[in-house]
Amino acid sequence: MDKPSISAHISHQYNAELEDIRSRVLAMGGLVEQQLAHALIALVDSDIAMAERVLATDYQVNAMEVAIDEECTQIIARRQPTASDLRLIMAVIKTITDLERIGDEAERIGRMALQLSKVGTLKKQCMELENMGAQVKKILHDSLDCFARNDPQAALQVARTDLQIDRQYESIMRQLITFMMEDPRSIPRALDVIWSARALERIGDRARNICEYVIYLVKGKDVRHTSLEQIEQETLRS
Amino acid sequence: MATLTHGLDASILNRSTQPAKLADLHKSIEVSNLNLYYGSKQALKNVNMVLPRHRVSAFIGPSGCGKSTLLRCFNRMNDLVDGVRIEGKIALEGQDIHARSVNVADLRQRVGMVFQKPNHFPKSIYENVAYGLRIQGVSKRRVLDEAVENALRGSALLDEVKERLHENALSLSGGQQQRLVIARAIAIEPEVLLLDEPASALDPLSTLKIEELIYELKSKYTIVIVTHNMQQAARVSDFTAFMYLGELIEFDATATLFTNPKKKQTEDYITGRYG
Repeated sequence: MDKPSISAHISHQYNAELEDIRSRVLAMGGLVEQQLAHALIALVDSDIAMAERVLATDYQVNAMEVAIDEECTQIIARRQPTASDLRLIMAVIKTITDLERIGDEAERIGRMALQLSKVGTLKKQCMELENMGAQVKKILHDSLDCFARNDPQAALQVARTDLQIDRQYESIMRQLITFMMEDPRSIPRALDVIWSARALERIGDRARNICEYVIYLVKGKDVRHTSLEQIEQETLRS
Repeated sequence: MATLTHGLDASILNRSTQPAKLADLHKSIEVSNLNLYYGSKQALKNVNMVLPRHRVSAFIGPSGCGKSTLLRCFNRMNDLVDGVRIEGKIALEGQDIHARSVNVADLRQRVGMVFQKPNHFPKSIYENVAYGLRIQGVSKRRVLDEAVENALRGSALLDEVKERLHENALSLSGGQQQRLVIARAIAIEPEVLLLDEPASALDPLSTLKIEELIYELKSKYTIVIVTHNMQQAARVSDFTAFMYLGELIEFDATATLFTNPKKKQTEDYITGRYG
């Protein structure tokens, strides 16, 4: 089936409402992306001002989640959306939950950055984190792109990349464990790095969730909790 | 049986939310290659469908799409229209309803119908419900009393009218009149109930009562409903057919059709897009 276009409803008002929700999700996504970018800078450069900016943005992200949620509730109550419109609303409600949590994870990284800036950071591990952070930033951006373009193929690609991030996370963990065993005095600092790596890994998972909602939105198939192969099959099915 | 916290039965964890598959259900009505012409105008184009027994099937589609025409085929109401020509086959419980051996009056007894406007007779409430039975030759007071009471209970009207069974049916409200007509239809115990826009002339609360009634009735009858109100189709039906310009575009479980229709025309119609 062709992708239905949002702007083809007989009711122009309805077109405008759905279009507005989509734009706001993307705006919220942009804000979260920025929050993550700032958190990574704060972490790598021990930039306190940047870390404080990350914490401040979180209020804005939370407020957007509540506002978009309210808008979706209004549409359900007034328009009784069906088919692709209904799937869009469902996908949006779930996407903003994940975006808000990504914001929380970015905030967590910001806090770690503040802490590490006081005690001095672990140079080598921070570089690894920077590397992982760049990947996570990219898949977050790509997942929002999939949403903007209703593109399930690209969504599949993000799901694949998430697996690489999971492996990177494991590798960082192994390194830090060795590090802590060699020098127990490094444990407090190493733990902060672990929490940050953990936060990045979770952001990757949530970006993958967003892609799964895009597949649901376009293909009408719920691929949560399925294997990558199954997602592949559903995505390629016309 | 294991119980969970709050006294919940553990079976709740495994309950399927998947709709029943059409192929697994008993066929009540089977339509094959049905074409219908009003004079030279073709109103139904090669319709094929199976309506499952003891389920609610809804027909939706824009005005003039043929949904009422199709509904009227099931008890041969179209026979009454001049210049109608029908090709193809409709089977009720496996029996061709156009076969020479079929008596139309008997067929309509098996396939009852309710219209948009309540068409009660200018008689008492009691006589309205007893009408079909009297035509069948039932005259024993006790038998009639019992049948009327059961039909009125079945149509969820009994409590509201039991004190005034012998008053004129005109004294009832529109919603009550519609339930009275349903009582009249079920008094003769049909197998199938055809409902043509049964709630479109009613206020929202009367509409909900009719919908609730449909839910109750489907344990005993196969119900086919034509409605312009898509949300109503979504609320009451197990299966939904979308028709357009005389063709059956899509027929599927209601849960599927309203969340993930297969055809673009269906999607456009139910989401209110330009077709």
